[in-house]
Amino acid sequence: MFTTRTIRKDFPALAQEVYGKLLIYFDNAATTQKPAPVTAVVNEMNSLTNGNIHRAFHYLGNICTERYEEARETVRTFLNAPSTEEIIFTAGTTAAINTVAFSFGERFVHANDEIVLTEAEHHSNIVPWQILCERKGAALKVLPINDDGSLSIEKLHQCLSKKTKLLCIAQASNVLGVVNPINDIVATAHAYGVPVLVDGAQGAAHGGIDIQDTHCDFYVFSGHKLYGPTGTGVLYGKQKLLNEMPPYQSGGEMIASVTFEQTAYAELPLKFEAGTPNFTGVCGLKKAIDYVQELGWAHIKKQEEKLVRHAIQRLQEIDGLHIYGTATPKTSLVSFNIDGIHPTDAAQLLDKMGIAARSGHLCADPLMHRFKVQGMLRFSFSFYNTTEEIDTAVDALKKIKQLLR
Amino acid sequence: MQIADLAQQIIDEFALFTDWMDKYEHLIELGKSLPPFDEKNKTGPHLIQGCQSRVWLDATYEDGKVMFTADSDAIITKGIVSLLVRVFSGQPPQAIIDANLDFIDQIGLKENLSPTRSNGLLAMVKQMKMYALVFLNKQP
Repeated sequence: MFTTRTIRKDFPALAQEVYGKLLIYFDNAATTQKPAPVTAVVNEMNSLTNGNIHRAFHYLGNICTERYEEARETVRTFLNAPSTEEIIFTAGTTAAINTVAFSFGERFVHANDEIVLTEAEHHSNIVPWQILCERKGAALKVLPINDDGSLSIEKLHQCLSKKTKLLCIAQASNVLGVVNPINDIVATAHAYGVPVLVDGAQGAAHGGIDIQDTHCDFYVFSGHKLYGPTGTGVLYGKQKLLNEMPPYQSGGEMIASVTFEQTAYAELPLKFEAGTPNFTGVCGLKKAIDYVQELGWAHIKKQEEKLVRHAIQRLQEIDGLHIYGTATPKTSLVSFNIDGIHPTDAAQLLDKMGIAARSGHLCADPLMHRFKVQGMLRFSFSFYNTTEEIDTAVDALKKIKQLLR
Repeated sequence: MQIADLAQQIIDEFALFTDWMDKYEHLIELGKSLPPFDEKNKTGPHLIQGCQSRVWLDATYEDGKVMFTADSDAIITKGIVSLLVRVFSGQPPQAIIDANLDFIDQIGLKENLSPTRSNGLLAMVKQMKMYALVFLNKQP
């Protein structure tokens, strides 16, 4: 049995003071802190076990290649993907989405086709599709959300047609925290013959996904939001699609043979891993996945549910506070506004009180327009946060409200 | 008074506060007492869009001096806007172009002018200097 007190000892960042106060870190949806075992692996590889992978016959190169491929197997198991050939390492969610937008787009999207996405997407799951549509003369179609942040399958039916080439949807919104019914959504899209890309940036740290249960065609996530190093990420893609898609970036690693007349590409997954990958980071990501799996998803979910429930209950004590995204299930975050208070002012004062919160449009401008606000404040929790920290933050907000009155 | 004197005045004023909370409270009061900005001017050309907060800025040129009016939708940003208006408004264009912003640093609010803040303040300073440059070149 793990206690939060012992878990926190693995995260040195949580023991530091900012402005003379013990840090309260509530920006976990932006990036999570790294446990000591993860930084230990990265440090060890940077200082000792460093050899370029997949090409060297020497000792260090072999060890690094083995570890990198072990990491791929760890990710495959984490996602319950059928094959490691379908696991591509990227620099993060954004890089993964851009890979699909370019390569899938190049192969499958033509003039007058449509890409469907929802109103609640992060800019990273909007802009690459916009650029693809401009390039191909295709169009974006936007699936609206309900007032509580949920999606309705009926409305999804209205968006899908023969013209639809891909549906792009977040597993959970980074603003509302509402978890989308991915299984139903994928089944609906597939009934129209439409493949689905699931943006798991806000899902990976809360249990990930079971690929063989949801049957989604692409799943992407970032390592740094899953207690791993920055600059790591994963693109899962169905083998059949990945095989048909042209490479995105090109160079070393991704070739079978090169002459000046013609290049034969490497098989999956290396076809999509041009250049030297971030193998130290990827090994850190493997450690991070091992770490959370050792804690266990049951423990993590229980903690996070407790935290978000407590936060919602305590925040409602504040007059004029509005919470966005009331539908359930919900990840461990809560976005809100307080009447008459600009979220930036509140975030700035919270910072001075040692509380790291997020404010602004949260990389989701269309959603801000949807709720007719300039921005929001967001607290996002991890299993290492405590209800006491939430109490401190709520008291701080009450104080701020007084100050800004 | 010249820019340097006005800046020194602000430094002295803020030196009275040892607690950050008092300092911000003062900043908030300053923001609230900023002369109102004409609502109908809160449009395209006067808007400086930051990712976090918005700033509006307008300028006129009278008797060799640049007069600024400004506003923000966030009150702390508005407090700093008021400091910038206090220091720069009523000064000759060349003095505005040559001025530095060390006083913001000295009163411990440097992070507000950091590019990472994206509150529109840095762009506002740039815009103030731009106005000054335009007015300078208009001089006969």
